[in-house]
Amino acid sequence: MDEARIARRGLGPRLWLAGGWLLLALLAAIFAPLVAPQDPLAQDLMLERLPPFWMSGAEPGYWLGTDSLGRDLLSRLIFGGRIAFIVAFAAAIAACLVGSTLGLIAGYFGGWADRIISRIVDVWMAFPPVLFAILLVAVLGTGLSSVILAIAIIDWTRFCRVIRAEAMGQSRMDYVENARIAGYGRIGIMLREVLPNVVPSIVALLSLEMGIAIIVEAILSFVNLSISTDDPTWGGIIAEGRLSIHQAWWVLVFPLITLILTVLSFSQFGEALKTRFDPVLR
Amino acid sequence: MSACLDIANLSAVLPNGLRVLRSVSLSVQPGEVRALVGESGAGKTMIGKAVLGVLPSSVRIVEGTMTLEGEDLGRLHPKARRTLIGARTALIPQDPLTALNPSRRIGPQMTDRLVRILGWSTQKADTRIRQLLDEVQIRDPDRVLKSYPHELSGGMRQRVLIAAAFAAEPRLIVADEPTTALDVTVQKQILRLIAELQREHGTAILFVTHDLGVVAKISQKVSVLYAGKVVEEADTAALFASPRHPYTRALMAATPRYTDPFASLKPVDETVLAGLAAEITAADQAWRRPHG
Ligand SMILES: Nc1ncnc2c1ncn2[C@@H]1O[C@H](COP(=O)(O)OP(=O)(O)OP(=O)(O)O)[C@@H](O)[C@H]1O
Ligand SMILES: [Mg+2]
Repeated sequence: MDEARIARRGLGPRLWLAGGWLLLALLAAIFAPLVAPQDPLAQDLMLERLPPFWMSGAEPGYWLGTDSLGRDLLSRLIFGGRIAFIVAFAAAIAACLVGSTLGLIAGYFGGWADRIISRIVDVWMAFPPVLFAILLVAVLGTGLSSVILAIAIIDWTRFCRVIRAEAMGQSRMDYVENARIAGYGRIGIMLREVLPNVVPSIVALLSLEMGIAIIVEAILSFVNLSISTDDPTWGGIIAEGRLSIHQAWWVLVFPLITLILTVLSFSQFGEALKTRFDPVLR
Repeated sequence: MSACLDIANLSAVLPNGLRVLRSVSLSVQPGEVRALVGESGAGKTMIGKAVLGVLPSSVRIVEGTMTLEGEDLGRLHPKARRTLIGARTALIPQDPLTALNPSRRIGPQMTDRLVRILGWSTQKADTRIRQLLDEVQIRDPDRVLKSYPHELSGGMRQRVLIAAAFAAEPRLIVADEPTTALDVTVQKQILRLIAELQREHGTAILFVTHDLGVVAKISQKVSVLYAGKVVEEADTAALFASPRHPYTRALMAATPRYTDPFASLKPVDETVLAGLAAEITAADQAWRRPHG
């Protein structure tokens, strides 16, 4: 019966499209040295500002054209994906672990635990997030791990707020009371009864947060505060593209499209996963 | 023989000082069904929750004792109290949908308690659950055990909860309006099932309801509750033959009968309500004096 229902509903086009793009981008990033047509760092002044393949003057092997230093744009985007995905996964998982745990505790236990955690969240959210991120990176120093840390430090509240509200709603349900009557301990009930009911939301938020982390990383790269190596990043490419918009629009447009597609895919993928994880919505 | 449940002079207050339970006394003998009847807001659910140890944190017990199977619940260490309540009691709730965890399958939800809390082997628990599902006339246990709660009808869910309540052979079951959320046709079947299982297992039940028709069908004893106060307490047969308290008589007059379908439209008499209000005030004054 279960199999029949899943087969009938299918996986849904949303999940396929978003998941397909993410998988493609992720595989390309992982196997970047194998799939990138050129060395992303190789400069060649003879090849500067080549247009994308369908325009006149394009060179074979440089599908999306080159930037003002003659570096291959497609290869730079593929390699830039590595940092984007590392930041997305690490920062989102860290924010999720901290935020969901605190949210679950606040929502389920209520009382003073809730008051303390909610107050911290309120204070945290009083800072404008982008400014907060720039400030944090300025303090922590640039580099991959401080970018990840900064994003996690800023965004755990997103998880905390949502999961707190959901856990609080679940805790009022009769099945939680039933478990107490049966003699389960508080922590056991929190983990075994309440947690499974908030997992769909955690999954959706986690995916959304990965997209947000990519944007934040791009913004930090854009203002030159992110990873200070020569490795290409999407935000860094966008920043360079902005300078040569009149001579070579593609250096700005393609990374923007890549960024937007990836971020949208993460949020859509999360929503689709949420309905798949939820036995009632499914 | 000592009572299965004995509540003596139980009072509980809200943070604003309002008494929700007013020196409630009632007892349930082993194997007996006691109905607890009263209108909405009378405090029936509060009494059930007090016994099961799940009162809302805003409600505070200020006097009285509750004795379960000879153990004074108030004197037990909280942990020992939880263990005792978990082993000896069960709840058949009002709303069978919210009483089941929506994201867990029925099977593990039912066996978990036997295995984790009572330490049964998985096989023993599984056999036991299937036996109980058979007793509540679920003919396709495999499907039901694999289902999520929302995949079952309301009547099925309530059967599952009844089976779960009886599975661990509790001595006392609190049934809190177990048929209110169900269709009229299903209500009768569920009521009959509870009565049947109660008789076979010899379980004592504190049966909360606002329906005197149900009281007559299922119980041997009745307590009539008004505004957190027991206003009348009697054998069920005696109560219906000769109700003593005017409020009980008013409730009976308000219960619909086929011979007089409009009777249910009669409100409870003004003078009866005035009398009740005076009774409650007097009780509260008498209660406050010794406490300063
Ligand atoms: N969580 C709570 N905190 C404070 N007061 C409550 C709470 N729940 C119920 N009450 C109050 O306690 C009183 C008794 O409520 P209770 O739920 O026991 O009534 P009941 O007899 O079960 O009614 P019903 O037939 O509607 O279920 C009511 O006046 C109600 O307003
Ligand atoms: Mg009630």
